[in-house]
Amino acid sequence: MLAKAVTDALGTAALALGLAVPILALRTEQNISNELILQPRWGYVAVAVVGAFAARLLYLIIAAVGRAPRRRKVTVPSGWRDAVARSFAGIGLACLVLYPLIALSLTGKAGAIKWIDNFGIQIMIYIMLGWGLNIVVGLAGLLDLGYVAFYAVGAYSSALLAQNFGLSFWICLPLAGILAAFWGILLGFPVLRLRGDYLAIVTLAFGEIIRLILINWVPVTGGYAGISGIPRPTLLGLPFNASEEGFAAFFQLEFSPVHRAIFLFYVILGLALLTNWVTLRLRRLPIGRAWEALREDEIACRSLGINTTNTKLTAFAIGAGFGGFAGAFFAARQGFISPESFTFMESAIVLAIVVLGGMGSQIGVAIAAVAMIGGTEILRELDWLRRIFGPEFEPTQYRMLLFGLAMVLVMIWKPRGLISFRMPSIFLHERRRVRAELVQEGHG
Amino acid sequence: MDYFLQQLINGVTLGSIYGLIAIGYTMVFGIIGMVNFAHGDVFMLSTFIALIFLLALTQVLGFGSLVLALVIVLLLGMLLTSLWAWAIERLAYRPLRGSFRLAPLISAIGMSIFLSNLVQVTQGPRNKPVPSFFGTVLTLHEGETYAVTLSFKQILIVGVTVLLLAAFWWIVQNTALGRAQRACEQDRRMAALLGIDVDRTISLTFVIGAALAAVAGLLFMIYYGVVSFSDGFVPGVKAFTAAVLGGIGSLPGAVLGGLLIGLIETLWSAYFSIDYKDVATFSILAITLVFLPSGLLGKPEVEKV
Repeated sequence: MLAKAVTDALGTAALALGLAVPILALRTEQNISNELILQPRWGYVAVAVVGAFAARLLYLIIAAVGRAPRRRKVTVPSGWRDAVARSFAGIGLACLVLYPLIALSLTGKAGAIKWIDNFGIQIMIYIMLGWGLNIVVGLAGLLDLGYVAFYAVGAYSSALLAQNFGLSFWICLPLAGILAAFWGILLGFPVLRLRGDYLAIVTLAFGEIIRLILINWVPVTGGYAGISGIPRPTLLGLPFNASEEGFAAFFQLEFSPVHRAIFLFYVILGLALLTNWVTLRLRRLPIGRAWEALREDEIACRSLGINTTNTKLTAFAIGAGFGGFAGAFFAARQGFISPESFTFMESAIVLAIVVLGGMGSQIGVAIAAVAMIGGTEILRELDWLRRIFGPEFEPTQYRMLLFGLAMVLVMIWKPRGLISFRMPSIFLHERRRVRAELVQEGHG
Repeated sequence: MDYFLQQLINGVTLGSIYGLIAIGYTMVFGIIGMVNFAHGDVFMLSTFIALIFLLALTQVLGFGSLVLALVIVLLLGMLLTSLWAWAIERLAYRPLRGSFRLAPLISAIGMSIFLSNLVQVTQGPRNKPVPSFFGTVLTLHEGETYAVTLSFKQILIVGVTVLLLAAFWWIVQNTALGRAQRACEQDRRMAALLGIDVDRTISLTFVIGAALAAVAGLLFMIYYGVVSFSDGFVPGVKAFTAAVLGGIGSLPGAVLGGLLIGLIETLWSAYFSIDYKDVATFSILAITLVFLPSGLLGKPEVEKV
């Protein structure tokens, strides 16, 4: 049996050799006279081949051991497990609320900015986007690959309103949400009849069209240069700067940039929780039930007299609105936006978070966002790897490589996403978990 | 008139490349009903494979004959790109067959991200200028202000495309593999019951699509003279648009769609605005799907209740 496994693994190694030969073995580089020359790097190929052999062999051995009969697992008393599962949302929320304070106490004022801003705020933005897209994809079952369009509309409309009319962040925020929702309806209309992959492709096309317009409509959007100098959010009129009227001076604290990071973290946390709360409430209203019914069976919905047009458009509009809020926040946090931030990749990441988390599951989306975004952000911190692989080793360039690979592997491991059960929003006698296999993925 | 004729020639050249890529999309969609998102990046990978082999042959091994070198590059490129496509199908798509419908789509997007970043990491993020060759230009018609030209490259591209499409058409129409493909397209379960190895047929479909993408990759490299890791997405979406416009699932449709997209793109750039040429393509994609979902030559989809 071992011999068979070794043969199989040798096959995998041969395949890895074939795949690695041109791309990995020879690197094209420009020399001084701008001609391309080849740099051989057979060491990498050897690593890849040995790695593929070892991984395949390990996989086969583990699979063989797993198939062998084993003694019964010791099970945790189910009451205890249920208690953890029930309070998981509460624990997670508590962690999020306390996160900036924990970061502050562990790393001090100077170190905490990185952890709160790059980590916390970045993850929260994606949680919010994931929850917003979850309304469209998870609840209504409409596959949207152009969600970044609404994020961009929110960001640009709030930036332009702030620049041209001098409005503050807190006025721009709702306006950006409303404008994005309006765009959601506008782009939703033409695609009402489309289903499945076709819908995904058309929404992708819309997302790209909006980005190309942002690039080319230079007088309004500034083209590639983008818009800079977007005003930062204030706390009830108190700006976060070192001036006399600033936050720090008002509360007689020593000025520190970390105040703003903490404030922004709580703003985006509030916005994300608002998204979550609205979604959970809407699910119990007739409109939310209509969304889920639409996902389960569109023809049955129509036969029962549900207005599918309105149902789809409200899903698009509300999902887009939350995307717009997130966009307005993004613009205010960065102070600068350009079309670079709104590529198809962002849509793909948000959709991946929704699907990997388990479509329709709020907690699943949050876990997936923390795992995928946090996991790739943490690569920025792996400086110790340089000590192993040499000084020119740059862990951050493997960020998206690993992200793509993780998407594939999670799908193969759990095609239904990490949280593979649903709680029904309406039930007869008692609330019972529904296995994800029984939930339809929607036709739209 | 001269200007228009020139744009027509350029458009047909570009359209041939899109048509070759579009076949990969249309065949895979026809047989398993899935948009192979990674196909554009497989095409991008093939441009790099072609570039590396070309450099290896001409610089390291010192091949004198460019034509012979190109033929070897073409064959090796087709082989290795097919190997990649086979491995991708085996690893990322086959385990998900028959499961949740969104899972293969997400897996394909993940593969697409993986491939473009793999090339970026291993080959560097900068554009790679290709040593130029085939500079010969034939002047077809000398006007007073404008000369219509046909370059040797363009003849090569259209010629290779026509030749390969004919060979490919023959395979699909006359061989056992082609029959098995068409059978799987109509009813996969019935085909399996009748003794067709469905998994093998699907793998070969991916392999053929990738081999044609590799041809397109070499031609693309020769035509534009520059390759970059980010060249997968936009040509991929355009080729997909071509497949949709021609009627997804239909092979002649993919070629027709490719030619139309190539022509529309060049004419739009020539007469309207070059900045918005991609907007034109994306709009055609949206308009076709909304108003004519079965494309020009496709079969209309019947909704069963």
